[in-house]
Amino acid sequence: MSKYLNFIAEKNQLRYLTITVFFLIFSFFWIYPLLWVLSASLKTDFEIWGGLGLIPDKLIWENFERAWFGANMGRYFFNTLIITIVSVVIVVITTGMFGYVIGRYSFPGKKILIGILIATIFIPQGYTIIPVFDLLTDLKVSKNLIGLTIATAGHTPVIYILLFAGYFSRIPVELEEAAKMDGAGFIRTFIMIMLPLTKPVVATVSILQVLHAWNDFLLPVVITLGNPDIRTLSVGVYAFKGEYFVDWSGMAAASVITILPIIILFLFMQKYFVEGVQGAVKG
Amino acid sequence: MNKKSLTQQMYEARWCYLFVLPCSILTGMFVLYPIGMSWYFSLLDWSGFTKDAKFIGLQNYAEAINDPFFWNAFYRSFIFMFGTVPVKIILGFIIAVFLNNQVLKLSPFFRTIIFMPVVTAIAIIGIVMTFIFSPFNGPANKFLMATNLTSGPIDFLGNPDTVLPTVMGVYVWKWLGITMMYWLAALQTVPQDVYDAAKIDGAQGYRLWIHIILPIVLPFAIVIILVEAVSALNVFPLIETMTAGGPFFSSEVMEVYIFRTAFVTDAGTMPRLGYACAAGVFWGVAVLFITALQGFWMRRTRRI
Repeated sequence: MSKYLNFIAEKNQLRYLTITVFFLIFSFFWIYPLLWVLSASLKTDFEIWGGLGLIPDKLIWENFERAWFGANMGRYFFNTLIITIVSVVIVVITTGMFGYVIGRYSFPGKKILIGILIATIFIPQGYTIIPVFDLLTDLKVSKNLIGLTIATAGHTPVIYILLFAGYFSRIPVELEEAAKMDGAGFIRTFIMIMLPLTKPVVATVSILQVLHAWNDFLLPVVITLGNPDIRTLSVGVYAFKGEYFVDWSGMAAASVITILPIIILFLFMQKYFVEGVQGAVKG
Repeated sequence: MNKKSLTQQMYEARWCYLFVLPCSILTGMFVLYPIGMSWYFSLLDWSGFTKDAKFIGLQNYAEAINDPFFWNAFYRSFIFMFGTVPVKIILGFIIAVFLNNQVLKLSPFFRTIIFMPVVTAIAIIGIVMTFIFSPFNGPANKFLMATNLTSGPIDFLGNPDTVLPTVMGVYVWKWLGITMMYWLAALQTVPQDVYDAAKIDGAQGYRLWIHIILPIVLPFAIVIILVEAVSALNVFPLIETMTAGGPFFSSEVMEVYIFRTAFVTDAGTMPRLGYACAAGVFWGVAVLFITALQGFWMRRTRRI
């Protein structure tokens, strides 16, 4: 980033201050709904609808207890965690392998493969969900976490492959040749030499997949329709709303359980989130 | 030029094929196969839960194009797109321009805040927003009444006139962080020397923006619009959790319509998988058509 767009000159104190104050107020309003649900999760039902203030009179931690045990959010939390972790591993391995050969080798049929991949970008999820459910039923995995996990991993955005392919294609050929001279085969070259070099892409793809798997809604809501035991957090909160619709504070606590882990992850690994998102327009 | 035969080439590339296999299988199973099957299902009269599927040709399509609910949902999806994409693009650009200033010490903090809704689960946003916009002491109404902007509570999500704009507003709020990040990436590609040269030539203020910076970021704008337009057509989780298409179907976009016809919902209708697939295929083709048009437009502008 360079200084060329700096129309806020440091010497113009007034303008600088105005812009900062404006963005501070803007930020507060922007983030208010999230702060509101956080504060509601620690209030009594009565207090939630009482005023606009965000500081609870007394912290009601029982709300979390009710959500975690009563509404089964504890179970859904671990379901979501398993689905997220396993699908990240699957996605990183499969798209990494795919991106590697697409980025570094040419072979008959490569163009067709790329063509099919690009075509899949533009297909809306809306109607493919039904056959996915059918497929999992046929494979007899629609009633457990395995089905939901592989389906989550299977809905891989093409962007992951493109990120890997782009990165792999920029690694100098000499490295590979040296490995070949040392007698390393195709797979060993990939695992020992190439993959370790792509750590930033692995991180970016992992983060994007965590975001996708943790927050996905349509797929889990359809798959778990007749099977509450394998619900994810998002589906759990949605069902909570239907079943205990008067327990506002419990629902707020359930919401916080769902969104807080990702927000914390985001705060610590912001760089990779941003790189992943920007990859879509830079590529 | 190719001395080797195709089989020879393929044999030499055997590792490549092995490496593309796992991802291809997954994509085949969960992306390509479902698309093919939904085309087939769309020709059946089938609830999706029983064995008695009956082949009825294009009857589902004929029924869909004669269903006013279908067309209402169809148009509503595009209202949603045309109502949100320009707002996101313009607002995202303005914010990015300000936050691209390194002089602004708090810029990283503001970016984090604006991006935060992006990482929160969309279904949770939908549910929390039903609280925020509740007519019974919801914070939005409280605020409006406390500041005397309205005299009585507004039933944002219960009134057919306000429900769609409200959902659209929430959508913009939820995803603006992404648009901002796109624009920041675009602005950061403007090279320093371009700017220096412009300064020497005496270009300043708005002229610098119009003649120098905008032409450089314009190719990005087209990609951003394309990406944003497609995502604005995929809003199922937000609408399903906020309104489920209600009240009186007034926020029912295409994906919610498909979901409603495919599965048993509160409306008490029978699930009709075949019909839902037909609606989905029709919708998929429409979206593809728009994407293709935009892709064409993008290529033309890039050539210039």
